[in-house]
Amino acid sequence: MADVKTGSKVTVVALVENEPGVLNRIASLFRRRAFNIDSLTVGRTHKPHISRMTIRVEAGPEYARKIATNLQKLVNVIDVRIIDNEPHVERDLALIKVRNDDADSRNTITEICDRYPARIVDVGPKVAIIEIVGTEAIIEEFIEQVQPTGIVEMIRTGVVSMGRGTRIHDTNFINRRTLLEAAAKARNGNGRIV
Amino acid sequence: MKLKGSEIIMESLLREGVDVMFGYPGGAILPTYDAMSQYEDRLHHVLVRHEQGASHMADGYARATGKVGVCIATSGPGATNLVTGLATAMMDSSGIVAITGQVPIPAIGSDAFQETDVTGVTLPITKHNYLVTDVRELAYTIKEAFHIARTGRPGPVLVDVPKDVQIAETEFIWPEDDVVLPGYDPPWAADDEEINAALRLIAEAERPIILAGHGIMMSGAMNELRELAERAQIPVSLTLLGKGAMPEDHPLVIGMMGMHGEASSNLAIQEADLLLALGMRFDDRVTGNLKTYAQKAKKIHIDIDRSEINKNVKADVGIAGDLKTVLTQLLPRLEGKSHPAWIGRIRDWLEDSSERDILNYETPGILLTAQVVNDIWKLTGGDAITVTDVGQHQMLEAQYYPHQRPSTLLTSGGLGTMGFGFPAAIGAKFGAPDEEIWAIVGDGGFQMTLCEMATAAQENVNVNIAIINNNFLGMVRQWQELFFEKRYQATPMVNPDFCKLADAYGIPNRCVTKRDEIEDAVRFAQSIDGPALIEFVVEKEEMVYPMVPAGADLHDMKRRPKPGEA
Ligand SMILES: Cc1ncc(C[n+]2csc(CCOP(=O)(O)OP(=O)(O)O)c2C)c(N)n1
Ligand SMILES: [Mg+2]
Repeated sequence: MADVKTGSKVTVVALVENEPGVLNRIASLFRRRAFNIDSLTVGRTHKPHISRMTIRVEAGPEYARKIATNLQKLVNVIDVRIIDNEPHVERDLALIKVRNDDADSRNTITEICDRYPARIVDVGPKVAIIEIVGTEAIIEEFIEQVQPTGIVEMIRTGVVSMGRGTRIHDTNFINRRTLLEAAAKARNGNGRIV
Repeated sequence: MKLKGSEIIMESLLREGVDVMFGYPGGAILPTYDAMSQYEDRLHHVLVRHEQGASHMADGYARATGKVGVCIATSGPGATNLVTGLATAMMDSSGIVAITGQVPIPAIGSDAFQETDVTGVTLPITKHNYLVTDVRELAYTIKEAFHIARTGRPGPVLVDVPKDVQIAETEFIWPEDDVVLPGYDPPWAADDEEINAALRLIAEAERPIILAGHGIMMSGAMNELRELAERAQIPVSLTLLGKGAMPEDHPLVIGMMGMHGEASSNLAIQEADLLLALGMRFDDRVTGNLKTYAQKAKKIHIDIDRSEINKNVKADVGIAGDLKTVLTQLLPRLEGKSHPAWIGRIRDWLEDSSERDILNYETPGILLTAQVVNDIWKLTGGDAITVTDVGQHQMLEAQYYPHQRPSTLLTSGGLGTMGFGFPAAIGAKFGAPDEEIWAIVGDGGFQMTLCEMATAAQENVNVNIAIINNNFLGMVRQWQELFFEKRYQATPMVNPDFCKLADAYGIPNRCVTKRDEIEDAVRFAQSIDGPALIEFVVEKEEMVYPMVPAGADLHDMKRRPKPGEA
């Protein structure tokens, strides 16, 4: 799909039905339409039948719209929003294992960690694990700072986002599963359908 | 009442108004076939000879009727044989439901005999699909499948049912209420602002053109389209699948657009100052080079699929909605207009085209596909449902068989599936038993699904098969002639004797080699109450003109020279 990438990033938040295969459908869509994703996170919401995804894409607004309209076409995708233009909270988490085998590096790391929302969660004689939670930008900055000390292992969860204030991404949906469960309950007093 | 899963499938199909299904049995779907016997009086099963045929038949049925077509197959190879038909239906937005057997739930994931991850395989080529893991969800799932297949932008939906779910029993409760699908809401109407913006562009336009696609017919917006065109005097160009959206003898209809479209249509698109794209998706076969496509035109794009808007061509006004609804919103406020100079220009182009028309050539001693198609058009009163295969004959059908009514040309446009024509014609006949049906197929494509002659014979389906035999994969040969210096690699065919083949299947037949034999043969086929086959032995190296080479500018057409110019 032809669209110029601008170097900027967009965040797409999608509420999806918590059904087997949904992640597969989304991954298949992204592959088929050649959408390049930066990070994708899925997690539960407070409603058991609804999961929430945050998708970060390097793209301009046009490209983001394409992604959103295509996601919307998936039957299991309930609601899609591009949230960059509204105030929102964004968090990424990284675990970074760094070299820690001399006093110098130990000091540097402690010193860097003090300046960031980071803490050392595991210390050994040779390496330490740092946990940092923050916006994508902050984490990237932090990584640059600790890079010279020697990163030996790293994992990032990918960004999750939520609109600020009363911008509520509604999860008040019933779907087939909730409906059939209610019907089964009404019929025989028990019953989750699996 | 407690029913088995297999019986629930039958009961659910009946409640969805299904009266025929096309399928092929096998181990994993056997319980469902066993249940069929109790329903045979209300739910007719057509035994195909290859599951691909079943999916095309369901598709042909759907295209001819606007109802959902149903096909059914066993797990593994049965289901994978449906794949081509599902992809075909997906590309052309045809609403079908495929039911496939699956290995029992405990065996799933174990590479059991005839196990294929069918929901995985068909994920990108279905509108939606299901693996049913609880018999209590079966009825609801089938209801959902039909709803999704037929509404919004229609498409194929597959329901994979493990064998043990077909055998398990549960209380059968047909969900009378509407399905609950929080993530599925096809757009419907336009908002006022969008209508205003569209009206403004129409009012300002001096050289407008309507591009009418398949969506017109799926939405049932034929009258609205006609009113729009007539009141604002806008010429109408049709996509291949849009043929029938407006009667082709209407003075405002200026022919098909695209790679083998009318020069008048393609030139008008390039010169227009407004495109009104209705229920079409700017496929590369209709736009040619996007960079030079309709550069002088503002674009209004109305389509039920949001993701189509701004996909290939940027819209100045993009409206996601149901065409009939949106046009009904627009029409009351549409001012009358006229564009005599613009229409005059298009007439000149049309005149130039008719001078180049192959039918106006002297062609003694040879039979041309265009002549065959045009004579079939005359002899059927232009009123048959024609179902084509893919290739030169398909494009020549589109050029030489004008269609007056919606859904009377059934053809694989988006996927271009050879082998589609004949089985789709059989499916269409089941859906529209009172229509005269002609399968117009190439000698290549027919051989891909000719095994369905047995199906046509067994069911005594009244379809007329016109084989356009040029002893070539003609369309590929045309590309080789134009772009590969006539190196005919793998396109000449040594064919079987099609008439003897028909004899073997007990199908009455004729072979035509001269133009003056056409009428007799067509009348013969029409007189047979059941399948009939005519082989037309045509000129081997015909060309389809005009032609916009793949990726070339839309106005950059290869034309047939005028007589005397060549
Ligand atoms: C299943 C499939 N395989 C290959 C092609 C590529 N293809 C397009 S047209 C064509 C030739 C068709 O030949 P025939 O059926 O004889 O029709 P003709 O063009 O001669 O009228 C081929 C091979 C296709 N469209 N579909
Ligand atoms: Mg041929």
